[in-house]
Amino acid sequence: MIDRFVIPLLKILVVLNATLVGVTYMVLLERKVIAWAQSRLGPMRVGPYGVLQPVADAIKLMLKEDITPRKADRWVFTAAPIISMVPALIVYAVIPFGPTVRLFGHDVALSVTDINVGLLYIVSVASVGVYGIILAGYASNSKFPLLSSLRASAQLISYEVAVTLTLVSVILMSGTLSMIGIVNSQYNARVWFAFVQPMAFVIFFIGGLAETNRAPFDLPEAEQELTGGFHTEYSGMRFALFFLAEYANMIVVSSVATTLFFGGWLRPFPNVAVLHFLDIVPSWMWFLIKSFVFLYIFIWVRATLPRYRYDQLMRLGWKVLIPLAIANLVVTGIVKVILS
Amino acid sequence: MTTLQPQTVHGAMFDTNELVINMGPQHPSTHGVLRVVLRLDGEKVVDADVVMGYLHRGIEKLSENRNWTQIILLTDRMDYVAAATSNVGYCETVEKLLQLEVPRRARYIRTILCELQRIASHCLWVGTHAMDIGAMTVFLYAFRERELILDLFEEFCGARLTYNSMRIGGLPQDIPPGWDKKVLEFCKIMDGKLDEYETLLTHNRIWLERTKGVGVIGGPEATALGMCGPTLRGSGVARDVRKDEPYAAYDEMEFDVPIGTAGDTYDRYLVRMEEFRQSLRIIRQATEGLPEGPIVGKVPRLIKPPAGETYHAIESPKGELGYFIVADGKSTNPYRFRVRPPSFCNLQALPRLVRGHLVADVVALIGSIDIVLGEVDR
Repeated sequence: MIDRFVIPLLKILVVLNATLVGVTYMVLLERKVIAWAQSRLGPMRVGPYGVLQPVADAIKLMLKEDITPRKADRWVFTAAPIISMVPALIVYAVIPFGPTVRLFGHDVALSVTDINVGLLYIVSVASVGVYGIILAGYASNSKFPLLSSLRASAQLISYEVAVTLTLVSVILMSGTLSMIGIVNSQYNARVWFAFVQPMAFVIFFIGGLAETNRAPFDLPEAEQELTGGFHTEYSGMRFALFFLAEYANMIVVSSVATTLFFGGWLRPFPNVAVLHFLDIVPSWMWFLIKSFVFLYIFIWVRATLPRYRYDQLMRLGWKVLIPLAIANLVVTGIVKVILS
Repeated sequence: MTTLQPQTVHGAMFDTNELVINMGPQHPSTHGVLRVVLRLDGEKVVDADVVMGYLHRGIEKLSENRNWTQIILLTDRMDYVAAATSNVGYCETVEKLLQLEVPRRARYIRTILCELQRIASHCLWVGTHAMDIGAMTVFLYAFRERELILDLFEEFCGARLTYNSMRIGGLPQDIPPGWDKKVLEFCKIMDGKLDEYETLLTHNRIWLERTKGVGVIGGPEATALGMCGPTLRGSGVARDVRKDEPYAAYDEMEFDVPIGTAGDTYDRYLVRMEEFRQSLRIIRQATEGLPEGPIVGKVPRLIKPPAGETYHAIESPKGELGYFIVADGKSTNPYRFRVRPPSFCNLQALPRLVRGHLVADVVALIGSIDIVLGEVDR
């Protein structure tokens, strides 16, 4: 009873809340890091050093008037933010934060669930999120959001291909689709996959930037061009859902990158006994540290780079990343056959 | 008001409809209240219509009912990011009408102020231009340095935006003691900061892709469209009023006029970046060689130019800023007051520049021609 229902429910509660808090604090982190990059201070008013800024933001967004434009498609307009937020959250179900640990007399795996097609689940669920963006642009019945959602759909579909191809190379290395299995195979291989698959990692990261609509690929919400993009017509909490979904997706991409390429919860050099003292840091902490590094890079990139243009983005996706991903996959396959 | 109508495009298999979208007057990257009506085929701009006049305050007509000194303050409100240059342009035009000799020290200080103003204006330009293309950090860096210039201006005349910093025949007051040292210090700081901007942009691959080959316009065509200033020099035309018809103390200064070759957004960017450096060079020369002497010439108590008309142009940060003034010799206000604003002339080229490019290029090009709506509409 406890093992079957109580523990999974508790895990879901913890992961969901941790994610939502993480997402809101991501917004603060982004504002702070960008501010530091730009020789500003960022939010400083709410709480010491602005740490309560997310609370203030949440209150503001909830109290805002919720407007549905008269010409909008009411139901789709309401559904779109939900469709874009929910997949971003349920992806966390298969992400392992650590190995199985013993807590209060129960063996608890530090992931909500471990399904044997975990990676496939992530790829398919994450791609549903795009649907929300397309519907938002379509349902708003307005020109700027429509243009933006067209951009978004083209962009996400093209980059999905490249990203998925890199995942295939990882699967070739690990021989399993289970997220926990992938981490364990990195332990057995005595090396993080980022070092055997550097190309796959780079393509995955660039594709991840594009799939989460982050700079320099933030065309669908290019404020300077499309005045906010697909969420132009949204206000209040519905706008907030889109906003949070973007950050939730960033955390997803960082977590997946950590799990697939940087050994998930494993400490650096997990097989070197001399470095045993590193185990003082708990495994989930290693996972969080690694993910945080990626999140920081996401923000750093945004503060540094200009934005790509639509056609250049497509060119980069189809003419550079996808051929490279395919080549990488072929080489991986050949090497794998020769070595076995 | 606008003449653009969506048209059906007959393709090989499908007919598609063009989309007319309205950019502005409330849009984050139209630099004020510019409105551009775009006819789009997908993401491609088929045609553009520029609508302006949202900031029209009737400065020219207003000036015909003000006396000669009061007008200086109105010129502040035209190019409000480079108010001192507008002041200089107007005062020199009236001085030309009055055939007034301006003391050498005043001319030198005018030169320093004009060049500081050019740097301030270019700071705003590089910041907003980069921001339109998505590089948001440059914006704050550039504003940080612009702040230093505003501080210098505040110390000189008390104001930070609309300076009212010139008088007919000279200056309202001499520079405060130690001001020239601060100017030289600023030059030193600015040298390093320019490299900082260039590190972020000049060799950035995304920046190159976004600006190279965008909005290409050849020299003769640009001249025919009335383009001026750095926007024209990007197309390879070495037209600079400071060199061609020197005013203030530019005839005594040594500086180069950078010109581009390709006439695209990137060349216009490079030209302006080099202008930063040339401006610093001029400021250094003028500050170090600042002569002693009076700061106001022999100005009559009652300014009443003899009947006649004159045109006088200066090189504002945006281009050739000209004043055409007719005096009737009887009244204490101009009979006719007309400004040739560089922003307006450059804006004229916008529909030509954006045709055939993508929506994202429109904002890049608006940034590239560096307009100020206060000057376009007056």
